[in-house]
Amino acid sequence: MISVNKLSKIYVNGDVETIALKDVSFQINEGEFVAIMGPSGSGKSTLMHILGALDTPTSGTYILDGQNVGKLKDDELAEIRNKKIGFVFQSYNLLPRTTALKNVMLPMAYADIPKKEREERAKKYLKIVGLEDRMEHLSNQLSGGQQQRVAIARGLSMNPKLLLADEPTGNLATAQGEEIIEIFQKLNQQGHTVVIITHEPQIAEHAKRIISILDGKISSDRINPKQIKFNRKGK
Amino acid sequence: MNMEFSESLVESFGTLTLNKMRTGLAILGIVIGIASVIALISLGQASQKTVQSQIQSLGSNLLTVQPGALTQGNIRGAQGGRTSLTYDDAKAILTSPSVTQVKNVSPEYTSRSQITAGRNNTNTQVSGVTPIYSEVRKVSIASGVFISQSDLDALSKVAVLGPQVVTDLFGEGSVPIGETIRINKIAFRVIGVTVSKGGSGFQNQDDIIYIPLTTAQKLVFGANYLSSISVEAKSEQTMTEAQNQVGYLLLSRHKLSDPTQADFSIFSQNDILNAASTVTGTFTALLSGIAAISLLVGGIGVMNIMLVTVTERTREIGLRKALGAKKKVIITQFLLESIILAFTGGILGIIIGALISFILTKVLSLPYALSPSSILLATGVSGAIGILFGWYPAKKASSLQPIEALRYE
Repeated sequence: MISVNKLSKIYVNGDVETIALKDVSFQINEGEFVAIMGPSGSGKSTLMHILGALDTPTSGTYILDGQNVGKLKDDELAEIRNKKIGFVFQSYNLLPRTTALKNVMLPMAYADIPKKEREERAKKYLKIVGLEDRMEHLSNQLSGGQQQRVAIARGLSMNPKLLLADEPTGNLATAQGEEIIEIFQKLNQQGHTVVIITHEPQIAEHAKRIISILDGKISSDRINPKQIKFNRKGK
Repeated sequence: MNMEFSESLVESFGTLTLNKMRTGLAILGIVIGIASVIALISLGQASQKTVQSQIQSLGSNLLTVQPGALTQGNIRGAQGGRTSLTYDDAKAILTSPSVTQVKNVSPEYTSRSQITAGRNNTNTQVSGVTPIYSEVRKVSIASGVFISQSDLDALSKVAVLGPQVVTDLFGEGSVPIGETIRINKIAFRVIGVTVSKGGSGFQNQDDIIYIPLTTAQKLVFGANYLSSISVEAKSEQTMTEAQNQVGYLLLSRHKLSDPTQADFSIFSQNDILNAASTVTGTFTALLSGIAAISLLVGGIGVMNIMLVTVTERTREIGLRKALGAKKKVIITQFLLESIILAFTGGILGIIIGALISFILTKVLSLPYALSPSSILLATGVSGAIGILFGWYPAKKASSLQPIEALRYE
């Protein structure tokens, strides 16, 4: 579903060229749960921006669901972000002074979905993340963990091919972080493709596959045996 | 448009009400601009109307013949300084067979004089007139009678007062029929008071005293000439013809062959009206110019606020774009906000402007005139401000890169 081939990203600032990614290639299939790991400055954020269609690569191709994302214009990228990718940010990024329900409804509004359906779907996804009794709360009245769950519901609302999370537990206490990562696990078991970017090994351990990035290159790409076992046991 | 319009509208209103202070200040700028446009234009138009109605109240088919400037050697004196117009001239205009388009002729001798009545005194215009004056100049009598032919024949010392003079000498609202006033120390009996013609400003038509022409010439001022002759043409359409007929008659009577050498001049009421309209028109244009500047300043205020809003909401814009909002959606949202600002300001401005002009015209005792064109103009301009000054910040907001915008602190 995701095919990344010889992806490079070079930032030019005056005369100084910074290579953030160099010839990165990998594939992610539907239904996978991948953690992309790496210390800060490794280029994992740049990779996440490109995967999220927030940025375009300098060279190489990024094919998402059969579409070459690197070649798209502004508004086409917006549509990809809207329909194919569900975002979860480290800092939640909810609209302030707006209810949880309205936050979840927002991406659907940009997709011309009628208001009634938006509301029904938003309620459904808020139930999935366990916030059915917080729907009318303003985003700033919710705890960090609750806000992140609203953000996950928002990411799910367009039923995207790819659920992309950038350090989703980075701002949360360990217990709350654990809850969030369990939601991602559950969603993956239900068939969602999940890609999480993190620098915390204990978070990455929940994924079935771990890609490590160092200095703009993939340093390792391995199956996480613990999770495979766990899943087999589960089945 | 990606979202239903009504929803976007509700959302824009929501954002605007979140920042009441900022929204209020932006609206205030527009309100001041629009209100001053409306108030100033209507003030200009009101004064224009006043001048017009004052001039028209003198009679619209009226010609005024005045003596030319007195020239001694190469020194040209004041207009009307000559003593070339006589009572016989006036009589000839009415009776000459070559003058066919004239209905009435009113010879006048006017001068300023000190008037006393008891312990009060005033300085006003004293007009020696004939009975026909009241018809030619459309003067109506409120109480008493106007100057009659017998007053004229007998050189009677009688006077008809304008309401302003009554107020100055006897107090407002009094009816001084039978009272005595002194003009140049000569005692006159008041026989009538005229109806107010209204108007203040450059010529108060109520501040005047009428006495018989013969009395004025022989007893009061000692002059055997006229200061002006009012000629009433048969109709407005034949004004020019009447003007020419009177002109040629007077030229031949004064034994002049070259019209450029004429020792008199003839104005029509329209000439005066046009001149006055030009003056008040310029005045209105000046006021409009000042108002336009304040409107521009208001518009820049809106743009300023919108730019601040864009900067302040950079993260939000980034988020919206990350979630799939296209450029058009962002532009629409910000444009809607500034249009709402401009229109709210516009409507408030119209109301306040109308109120201000109402109060101003009341204070200045001008007729209240709120022209639809100025409202239309103001509405159009405030709409244009909303679109024009909202478009740039909206465009700027929509072009932000989502990652850059999301990182913005």
